[in-house]
Amino acid sequence: MLSALRSKDLLGIESLEPDEIGLLLDTAESMRSIAERAIKKVPALRGRMVVNLFLEPSTRTRFSFETAEKWLSADSLNFSGGRGTSVEKGETLLDTARNLQAMSPDLIVVRHSSPGVPHLLARHVAAGVVNAGDGAHEHPTQALLDALTIRQRLGRIAGLRVVIAGDIAHSRVARSNIFLLTKMGAVVTVCGPPTLLPPKVEALGAAATTDFDGAIEGADVVMMLRMQLERQRRSLFPSTREYFARYGLTAERLERASPNAIVMHPGPMNRGVEIASDVADSPRSVILDQVANGVAVRMAVLYLLLTGRPWEGEREAG
Amino acid sequence: MIDRMAHEIAERQKDLPGLAFVGIRTRGVPLATRLAERLTDLVGTPFPVGTLDITLYRDDLSTVAPQPLLKKTEIEFDLNGRTVILCDDVLYTGRTIRAALDGVIDLGRPRAIRLAVLIDRGHREFPIEANYVGKSVPTAQREVIKVMFAETDGGDEVWILERPGS
Repeated sequence: MLSALRSKDLLGIESLEPDEIGLLLDTAESMRSIAERAIKKVPALRGRMVVNLFLEPSTRTRFSFETAEKWLSADSLNFSGGRGTSVEKGETLLDTARNLQAMSPDLIVVRHSSPGVPHLLARHVAAGVVNAGDGAHEHPTQALLDALTIRQRLGRIAGLRVVIAGDIAHSRVARSNIFLLTKMGAVVTVCGPPTLLPPKVEALGAAATTDFDGAIEGADVVMMLRMQLERQRRSLFPSTREYFARYGLTAERLERASPNAIVMHPGPMNRGVEIASDVADSPRSVILDQVANGVAVRMAVLYLLLTGRPWEGEREAG
Repeated sequence: MIDRMAHEIAERQKDLPGLAFVGIRTRGVPLATRLAERLTDLVGTPFPVGTLDITLYRDDLSTVAPQPLLKKTEIEFDLNGRTVILCDDVLYTGRTIRAALDGVIDLGRPRAIRLAVLIDRGHREFPIEANYVGKSVPTAQREVIKVMFAETDGGDEVWILERPGS
């Protein structure tokens, strides 16, 4: 059985094999109980340093990584590139990275508004790199925590019918989820207005439709995405009211899904835009499970990338 | 062997009502379960049994050797004030037990922790000794002790093997 990942970095789901995804999910499942303890700390990553390089705003992902680092006893440094930092003073990304590398971190967790930044970093630093979201490209830990939540609630991923609805074009969450869910054997349909469906989305392995009522029919998982107004440079739909009428998840629409269907949202939610308030707060909603699972998944990622590293070559076990 | 260990525990532990068994994954678990069952046969009361995974407490996580798969710790009872009989199949360097002690202490404050092992093979690296030993087996460093339980391996056997390649 696989006991380690194959790379020093976690840059996306696209490059992972199904057995690596399985290892990450199994390890995260074991990590979950740490949250229930009185003393939420284990010594596994004592003396390891993690740099959190968040060059795009983030609340829950950053808090989630920081919590995971603290619970595993890693030391962490936070760099958010805000006012007065070297980024504002014009330092290039690679110079920032080289300076961080000089402090010998073991791992760099990076979020950036440009796709590919984590990959660029990974080529230039010795430390492992974790992608915490790069533009509209990938957000692998979000897809992993979604998968963990689905597995907990429905017992499996293979064979499930998953609808991902909303602003697909601007969503790294959608991309990473499509990669992960199709690799693990789910049937994925993406749904949204034509202006928010990326061209050639079928090439990623998902069916695409503009008909939400049809797509939700018999679905096991309904994953709603946030309308990413900050990434839209022009008006892509008439009004949030009209959007809600055609693509908002309401209790009536949810009736069409499978009786055990769960509702997911990566947050932050726009209540009344993509999801009705009563649906977000209903027993079918697993939105808060997703947040709790986020810490477990990030602990699993940190642990697997920072211990037992086969890419450094074999050494005899003690 | 396990019967005799259970008798010893019944004789020597003056605090039987507060006793709990915790097995270290993987093969401390069947030992803990069986000791608890035998002790229940002897005194008539049930004892809680838990499972401890020590992976996150190992002192060799920073080496590059492949790590065992992380599994769950499942201790569903309150450790506070109890006497914990920590169980493992083989006592060797003492490093596993050191990690297990840290793991137990993080989950609560037991009144006492005692150690029960099926086989003590010597070669200690830490100042750790067992309170209950099934059998002491003098071994050479190059040898490997393999303990098998019906629950995990399909039969109850103990083998002394030569380490491959030595």
